[in-house]
Amino acid sequence: MSNNYNDREVILSIKHVDISFDTGGKKKFVAVKDANFDIYKGETFALVGESGSGKTTLGRAIMRINPCSAGEILFEGKRISGNISKEEDRNVVRNIQMIFQDPAASLNERATIEYCVSEGLYNFHLYKDENDRIAKVDQALSSVGLLPEHKSRYPHEFSGGQRQRVGIARAMIMEPKFIVADEPISALDVSIRAQVLNLMNKFKEEKNLTYLFIAHDLSVVRFISDRIAVIHLGEIVEIAESETLFKYPLHPYTTSLLSAVPMPDPLIEKTRKHLVYDPSVLDQSGAPREMREVRPGHFVHCTEKEFADYCAKMDKLEQEKG
Amino acid sequence: MAENRNVILSAKDIEVKFRVRDKYLTAIRGISLDLYEGETFAIVGESGSGKSVFTKTFTGMLESNGTISQGSVMFHGKDLTKLKTDKDWEGIRGAKISTIFQDPMTSLNPIRTIGSQITEVIEKHQGVSKSEAKKQAIEMMERVGINNAANRFDEYPFQYSGGMRQRIVIAIALACHPEILICDEPTTALDVTIQSQILQLIRDLQKELGFTTLYITHDLGVVANVADRVGVMYGGQIIEYGNVEEIFFDPKHPYTWALLSSLPQLGVKGQDLYYITGTPPSLYNQIKGDAFAPRNEHALKVDFVQEPPFFKVSDTHYAKTWLLDPRAPKLEKPEVIQDLHEKIKKMTDKGGAFHVE
Repeated sequence: MSNNYNDREVILSIKHVDISFDTGGKKKFVAVKDANFDIYKGETFALVGESGSGKTTLGRAIMRINPCSAGEILFEGKRISGNISKEEDRNVVRNIQMIFQDPAASLNERATIEYCVSEGLYNFHLYKDENDRIAKVDQALSSVGLLPEHKSRYPHEFSGGQRQRVGIARAMIMEPKFIVADEPISALDVSIRAQVLNLMNKFKEEKNLTYLFIAHDLSVVRFISDRIAVIHLGEIVEIAESETLFKYPLHPYTTSLLSAVPMPDPLIEKTRKHLVYDPSVLDQSGAPREMREVRPGHFVHCTEKEFADYCAKMDKLEQEKG
Repeated sequence: MAENRNVILSAKDIEVKFRVRDKYLTAIRGISLDLYEGETFAIVGESGSGKSVFTKTFTGMLESNGTISQGSVMFHGKDLTKLKTDKDWEGIRGAKISTIFQDPMTSLNPIRTIGSQITEVIEKHQGVSKSEAKKQAIEMMERVGINNAANRFDEYPFQYSGGMRQRIVIAIALACHPEILICDEPTTALDVTIQSQILQLIRDLQKELGFTTLYITHDLGVVANVADRVGVMYGGQIIEYGNVEEIFFDPKHPYTWALLSSLPQLGVKGQDLYYITGTPPSLYNQIKGDAFAPRNEHALKVDFVQEPPFFKVSDTHYAKTWLLDPRAPKLEKPEVIQDLHEKIKKMTDKGGAFHVE
């Protein structure tokens, strides 16, 4: 993969977005501060952070569920945050779909799979007649590896992995261009995780889909994503291509997060040290912090002084590791 | 290393049945397990494999429709399967064998203070005065890493973060200095950074207090991190057990192979991850042969007919698969998990994150 992102098409653009919540008092709680990045068409962009870091909030802002308090979000060059016309709103709802974490909670347990999957079709009248709708449902189910006879069943009759596949089918039937996948495999067993990840990759290739993949576990993200953004307490601290991020993590929080992931290898685990993130190692001078580009496509949130340090560190690392 | 140690708990041929809508479901199909004093044993398996049910027989916490239909659990010369009423269990559950559950929010009472929930256990099991119990509780809170414990004693669970709550659950579980601590997915609901702290805490406390730990988890990373020995469960049975290195680097059962192969950490970009086809067996039906056979690409004919016995791999390592029979064809474990250590080492070396100056 090249670093040459300039000639790639941007599908979604987050421009200096703040998201804050009223706390009832005078002070507002700022959940996301100055998020600023582009997502390119056909890539999987991962947003990784701890709970409370604002990763889901940002995902929901793209879905127009949480309003932005500053900045704007562009989808295919058009603004989709704030007040937009009803028509455009419907356009967003249709083209940006979501896959949720808990497949047991995100499906209507009183509705059959057929209804769950065709709900979007009903809302947008995306079918010519009954036969067409059923054909579409069958097609969506078979694309995720389920059978047409599963249509009449209810969500509780399925295993966790199957339910998650229903969740994917109901997103895919809308033929979206962009999918926000909010921790889609966190609640699943190891063997089922692999199925769901494979499925997501399959759709990415077949339909040139773009994903925003929200997760807290970096080791999973490495396999699926092209680029990774690490978010901490509402601020994005580092963005890089996924191999680069693993090879040359620069921000101390990224290093800490990487060191926390247990690896399936007892020999390595016996010696692994978890580096606890200590914000006091950052430049405390109060100089302004912003995203700075250490290498093409590799951004770190830092001050001018830290930037020089990171560049030096990068030179050293590149020499060592080649 | 294990053979010269004392067995603290010994389960023999345990079978557990549940009565569900006039049908019987056999959740545990004959498990024998010896726990050694001071060790950490991890049970790993998918959801529905019976890991939690199995360990619930050690604390008499089976749901009311479940019965232990066969087998024994010997602990200090007593057969725990014979205990019936809560009174019988009094000196054991919570006192000698404690459990930490997955979700700290549901295992704490939201409308009672943290302090009262810890002292309750101490008062009940040790029969000490209120003030002595409070003293012990605060000491325990400090030990599990709650800063300013005396001031936080009267706070409620909602005032604690998820990681802090799990620390309190650990404090409650350890308040009576149990001999065995059962950790049922203790970190599944937590972030990776918190997870790593909690695992470290349990390990430190184990060193200090000398209890035996039984982990239940589906995360092989956690297993690699904590375990001395590992048991792999499938369809209500332990199908392979051994020292942690043996299970990761020299697995013998095809199910263990499959489990390791599907790890996303081993994935190569642009290629599909390995995954296990099909679904786990229905435990309502009588299972014939090896329960994993229908999903096993390496299955032999005999796997569908007769249940394999345990074959000895080493003094500590046993696996329940016909592949180890001398008559079986020689099969290598799948390519993905060969040289597992070298692969992961290469990845983490390159990853840099594990080797920061």
